[in-house]
Amino acid sequence: MSYHSLKEICKICKNEDKEFWEVIRADDCCERQVSPDESLQDMNKMYEAMLSADASYDKKKRSASRLSGGDGALFWEYVESGMNLSGSFMGKVIARAVCMAETNACMGRIVAAPTAGSCGVIPAVLISYQEKTGIDNKKCAMALFTAAGIGEVISQKASLSGAAGGCQAEIGSAAAMAAGMTVHLQGGTPQQICDAAAIALKSFLGLTCDPVGGLVEVPCIKRNAAAAEAAVSACDMVMAGIKSAIPADEVIEAMNEIGHDMPEKYKETAQGGLAVTESAVRKTRPRTRI
Amino acid sequence: MSIFDIIGPVMVGPSSSHTAGAVKLGLVSRQLLGEPVTEAEILLYGSFLNTGNGHGTKQAIAAGLLGMKEDDRRIPDSLAIAENAGMKITFGEAHLRSAHPNTAVLKLKGAVCRALEIQGESIGGGRINIHKIDGLEANFSGEYPTLIVHNVDQPGHIAEVTSMLSHKSVNVAEMQLYRESRGGDAVMVIECDEEIPQEALKWLEHLEGVLKVTYYSPWKEIV
Ligand code: SF4
Repeated sequence: MSYHSLKEICKICKNEDKEFWEVIRADDCCERQVSPDESLQDMNKMYEAMLSADASYDKKKRSASRLSGGDGALFWEYVESGMNLSGSFMGKVIARAVCMAETNACMGRIVAAPTAGSCGVIPAVLISYQEKTGIDNKKCAMALFTAAGIGEVISQKASLSGAAGGCQAEIGSAAAMAAGMTVHLQGGTPQQICDAAAIALKSFLGLTCDPVGGLVEVPCIKRNAAAAEAAVSACDMVMAGIKSAIPADEVIEAMNEIGHDMPEKYKETAQGGLAVTESAVRKTRPRTRI
Repeated sequence: MSIFDIIGPVMVGPSSSHTAGAVKLGLVSRQLLGEPVTEAEILLYGSFLNTGNGHGTKQAIAAGLLGMKEDDRRIPDSLAIAENAGMKITFGEAHLRSAHPNTAVLKLKGAVCRALEIQGESIGGGRINIHKIDGLEANFSGEYPTLIVHNVDQPGHIAEVTSMLSHKSVNVAEMQLYRESRGGDAVMVIECDEEIPQEALKWLEHLEGVLKVTYYSPWKEIV
């Protein structure tokens, strides 16, 4: 790995006169012994899988637990009515995030990015951005390298798993990755990419992983929408000239510390928080286990 | 870890540990058996048992036994597909003590009447660990061709095995050794970069002091 922090990536960008995404791709070429073209093609396949997952949403599907399904369709309808306050772009981002997370809950095929539980965040922003601006798939794949680079640094410095670091590590990381990715799309600098990642991640520090019934459904699905929104707003803030008071690497270090100190009951064990609320217990009363 | 572990894998949801990892457990078990599975008794433990229904863990393991990968859209329908294919599957509870929370025990029978019992763990991010085979310690990931040799703990066996591998130009990626007691039963688990030729495995089986040879190939075509 040629980088261990976001600061180092920015330094490489400056010294070698490269874009953020190119640094990440160069590293992939080195790690997997592939050409730059192959690397980009492989990432393009990931984007195509995201598009196909987005298109595969079925509003009639319900999850095995019956806790989820159909909400994404409700939101699409509302956005199409024009009544929603979040506006057309943000409305679509929210709708797509919910749809993708529901598809995951209903055993559809998705791209874990960075995890299955947070699979809706990045594609919701990216696909909506493509729809709005008409950029081609290749440009979207380039943007995914930026997201991957941020995720890579988080996985090195902290963790991307709810079981290890709480939901901040899944949903928070997805928001940070999507925020940096969107700044890249908007033509921001490497420093701005990092600032947006920092701003988005700060909003989710301390977030617990407390899924109802131990299933990747409640609160996961709606958190995908929240993270996607946070990513877009962090991008807009940065592009407006706002900076993060705390650099991204330090925010990631803070997340790591919080994750370490977080009690086990908030780390995917379904023994605390939302998972043990009265309604959660009622909704997940054990049926047959086998 | 590659960036395609971060953007990726492409998988059927909802959970990398309870669904994608469970498919992998089934698939690696099928490869270990080395022939199509005709009968499977699948016993679940811990979180697999408690939340498996909501995560499609049963369908996922069955899909793997049928040879499907984690991104196969047929995973949700695998139980019906297995039934049509004549694969008999039953489910139950595994009574284990202090095992990994995502553990499954698979008792498999094959078309040529081979039988195998595998205890596997889904350890997160879709990765797995094959903990035991027929009750004996194994612990390997299923990413590489793997040789498992059970032998009597006496001098020379490790050298015999490794020199055979070097003779066949097989590079060792990782090697683990266990033994029950000095001079008792011992196990070698060797993960390799290349496949080990069939005749080399045969030769090993006939060595004095070697009790059992099990070989896992991730790539062998099973028909
Ligand atoms: S609550 Fe837990 S399972 Fe759900 S998205 Fe967050 S980390 Fe994943």
